[in-house]
Amino acid sequence: MDYSILQQCMHCGMCLPTCPTYDHTKLERNSPRGRIALMRAVADGAFEMNYAFAGEMSFCLGCLACETACPAGVRYADLFESARADIEQAGLLAQPERTFWRWITLRTLFTHPRLLRWTGLGLRWWQQSGLQDLFRSAGLVRFLPATLRDLEPLAPEVRTAFSDALIPPVLPPQNAPQRFRVALLTGCMQDLILSEVNRDTAGVLAENGCEVVTPALQPCCGSIHAHNGEPALAMQQARRLIDLFDPAGFDAIISNAGGCGSHLKKFSHLLADDPRYAERARAWDSKVKDIHEWLVEIDFRKPTAAGTPTPCRATYHDSCHLCHGQKITSQPRTILRAIPGLELVELPEANWCCGSAGVYNITQPEMASRLKDRKCAHIEQTNCDLVATANPGCHLQLEAGLDSPQSPFVIHPVSLLAAAYRNENP
Amino acid sequence: MSGGGSTSPGAGTHEAPRSASAALRDLQRILPPGSLLTEPIDLIPYSFDGTAALQSRPLAVVLAESTGDVASVIRWARENATPVSTRGSGTGLAGGSVPSAGGLVLCLSRLNRILEVDRPNLCLLAEAGVTTQQIAQTAEAAGLFYPPDPGSMKISTIGGNVANNSGGLRGLKYGVTRDYVMGLEVVLPDGDTVWLGSKCVKDVAGLSLKDLFIGSEGILGVITKVLLKLVPRPASKGSVLATFGSLAEAAEAVSRIIARPVIPCTLEFLDKVTIRAVEDYARVGLPLDAEAVLFMESDGHPAQVREECESMKSIALECRATGVREAHSPAEALDLATARRTAFSALARIRPTTILEDVTVPRDRLAALVTRISAIAAAHNVLVGIFGHFGDGNVHPTFLTDERDAAEMERVHRAIEETIRATLDLGGTITGEHGVGLAKKSFLPMQLGASEMRLLASVKSALDPAGLLNPGKILDLP
Ligand SMILES: Cc1cc2nc3c(=O)[nH]c(=O)nc-3n(C[C@H](O)[C@H](O)[C@H](O)COP(=O)(O)OP(=O)(O)OC[C@H]3O[C@@H](n4cnc5c(N)ncnc54)[C@H](O)[C@@H]3O)c2cc1C
Ligand code: SF4
Ligand code: SF4
Repeated sequence: MDYSILQQCMHCGMCLPTCPTYDHTKLERNSPRGRIALMRAVADGAFEMNYAFAGEMSFCLGCLACETACPAGVRYADLFESARADIEQAGLLAQPERTFWRWITLRTLFTHPRLLRWTGLGLRWWQQSGLQDLFRSAGLVRFLPATLRDLEPLAPEVRTAFSDALIPPVLPPQNAPQRFRVALLTGCMQDLILSEVNRDTAGVLAENGCEVVTPALQPCCGSIHAHNGEPALAMQQARRLIDLFDPAGFDAIISNAGGCGSHLKKFSHLLADDPRYAERARAWDSKVKDIHEWLVEIDFRKPTAAGTPTPCRATYHDSCHLCHGQKITSQPRTILRAIPGLELVELPEANWCCGSAGVYNITQPEMASRLKDRKCAHIEQTNCDLVATANPGCHLQLEAGLDSPQSPFVIHPVSLLAAAYRNENP
Repeated sequence: MSGGGSTSPGAGTHEAPRSASAALRDLQRILPPGSLLTEPIDLIPYSFDGTAALQSRPLAVVLAESTGDVASVIRWARENATPVSTRGSGTGLAGGSVPSAGGLVLCLSRLNRILEVDRPNLCLLAEAGVTTQQIAQTAEAAGLFYPPDPGSMKISTIGGNVANNSGGLRGLKYGVTRDYVMGLEVVLPDGDTVWLGSKCVKDVAGLSLKDLFIGSEGILGVITKVLLKLVPRPASKGSVLATFGSLAEAAEAVSRIIARPVIPCTLEFLDKVTIRAVEDYARVGLPLDAEAVLFMESDGHPAQVREECESMKSIALECRATGVREAHSPAEALDLATARRTAFSALARIRPTTILEDVTVPRDRLAALVTRISAIAAAHNVLVGIFGHFGDGNVHPTFLTDERDAAEMERVHRAIEETIRATLDLGGTITGEHGVGLAKKSFLPMQLGASEMRLLASVKSALDPAGLLNPGKILDLP
């Protein structure tokens, strides 16, 4: 752990009221200040990492609200990732079942994009064949282990087409002269379950004079590995991505998922000690842009048609890794406000974590569902027709919570912009 | 909740002496489940507050959920001769809630209900663990105003505010926490619970005992409920930012504004080091090339606000301000005030250890004080950031250093001692709002003298003869 970051925390407590876990328990150990104190005690040799410490780090959402709140500039994300890596290294949480699942997901699925798609295909077949309904109605769900049983209804609906079927490898600018050449990162989750968001992103970029390069098969960005204590795998994924997209060849490398983007912008930090990649990683970081950030930067064309039936009331949920990780808050709102017929209503506690937080739903189901309920209650109270959000984890979490027919539907801001552009020439 | 509650004895667990562990089992029995913490992983985060370089691990931590819990803990502590340090949110800057050796931390963060908003009588009753921000928001929702706004208000507790008699950015016009306390519920060191004060605007029955507990830093009793006075919301507000080429000129402007007399609601000061740290975090457009800025606010009737803003601007210009501007919108004014609140934490960006002082002088001595502080820092070759509530004569010289560098720390300590002496020479006080606690204990006799120290000791002994509550804070009993 980087001692100078630990030392930077001066215990002022300004981060406490923004921390969802502290807010719930009012226990100092469940707060950023408490967690940093524990990490510092470990570094000072005053406390040895144990099972309870590992549990504490898994209770932390990694939402980074504390980073936004911290006037002293403590880089909590770095501390949190290295603490989780140390915990994995020490094998504090190892048990056969967990090790097996980590092997399947982190080491196998999320490092082999083709395998991940096949899994997606399998899941799609499962959902379409009617087997899922049969399985549920026959009560077979009971035979799954408890956490999987709770999650089974949450299993996202896999899209009938993945990004590669929707987006050509090179999409030329549409209805506009070429101004930029950009790469589009399709992500893992986004690709499997929200592939239309990728299609819409490519479309919106093309409408704004970008030539969009989207290789059909892309490696996972490695954020899931970095957040779950596997830095070596995260580095491997970063190198693969840099190999695939030479930063020198693009004006921007576009991400449309808050969680990926926040990690993608830190490759220079991740690969700082790799002489072969350090320099390219710095170039890479300067090219990675969140789609909203990029659109506002290039002064995107304001649509002249509505994207939805009008009038439409919409609200916006800030994904943690977009607002706290990348400090992008105004741009998605600017885009939404530019859409004719759409009224943007500010969501109370818009930047409070929804509880999705990567695999948090699986590791900490109780806290996750508490946060989901809190978020969805606020959304329902706005009486909006739709809620926009820009991260697949949040997207699924909100869909799971907004399950009544009257509930607002969930959509990516870029999909609304894409729809508006499409409606210009019916 | 799994992460929150899971415990397993890890390395670093000390076997408590038999009697202590038996005593803790008794304590466990009289408290609601989940409110007694004894594992190192739970205790380490309660071994410090907002003060640099003060640390001590408690024997155990209790999270009280009611006045009854507090009384049970105090009675248990008496029977077991165990010291108790009360804690709100641990943002204190004098080490007040750092546990006494072998003692308990009694944390009130879960004692956090607003009990009553009495609109007709303009007052509010809250439990001690409610945050200052919640008090302010509740008052606002009722169309009223609770003025004290310490920099830490997002998280500091009202109990901690009362126990330290905290000030804030609006102290100049509205006063400090004491000016808003109408009543207190206090658990005394003998375990008895008393109610002091009332909803009456005037009340001279007996001695004003509630005042004894305001600013008592947890050494006389545990405050469990607070009855607060609320005031009408000001109709309008104006904010001015003035830039200066030297500290002394800014201080002179403040002295002249007060002497005019104009009493604005806020007169805050930041020096160059602080400006840069704050701007680095908050990005509100502070002038990075200025030696000093004054952030001034006036509130009240629109005509009066206009007039006060104009006089503040012209006095600033008389004192050779290099620029004056008014906030264009309420949002910008709020951003500036919020940025100012982060000054102390933002200074931690510069060096690993931030040691902040809280010296206060009569307001016509401000220029003399800041000039002396700059000279002292230069003479000892230490880095200092200076900011503060200049309207109150309250200055926070913040020494930026590294606690692992012994030689530098030695120089810092000498600079601090000279700053304190300079303050006392100018007729000032060693602490305007943060309290004495542990951090300033050694300087207190210098200011108070032998007779006042004796009086202080006899008050403490009369209320807490066994020395249970926060022993070693403010003063050591003979
Ligand atoms: C960034 C920052 C800015 C700050 N700005 C200001 C400022 O502008 N003005 C100002 O005055 N202070 C300021 N402070 C100091 C501090 O926030 C205040 O002293 C605050 O009132 C402490 O509240 P707390 O709940 O954190 O109390 P704690 O730190 O937990 O305790 C403070 C003291 O009060 C005692 N105590 C706490 N609760 C009780 C209770 N219920 N009964 C009896 N004793 C109790 C404790 O034993 C201790 O001695 C600032 C601190 C920080 C970190
Ligand atoms: S706000 Fe920053 S410095 Fe203050 S306690 Fe939190 S992490 Fe530490
Ligand atoms: S990352 Fe989120 S949950 Fe974790 S300490 Fe920070 S604010 Fe709390």
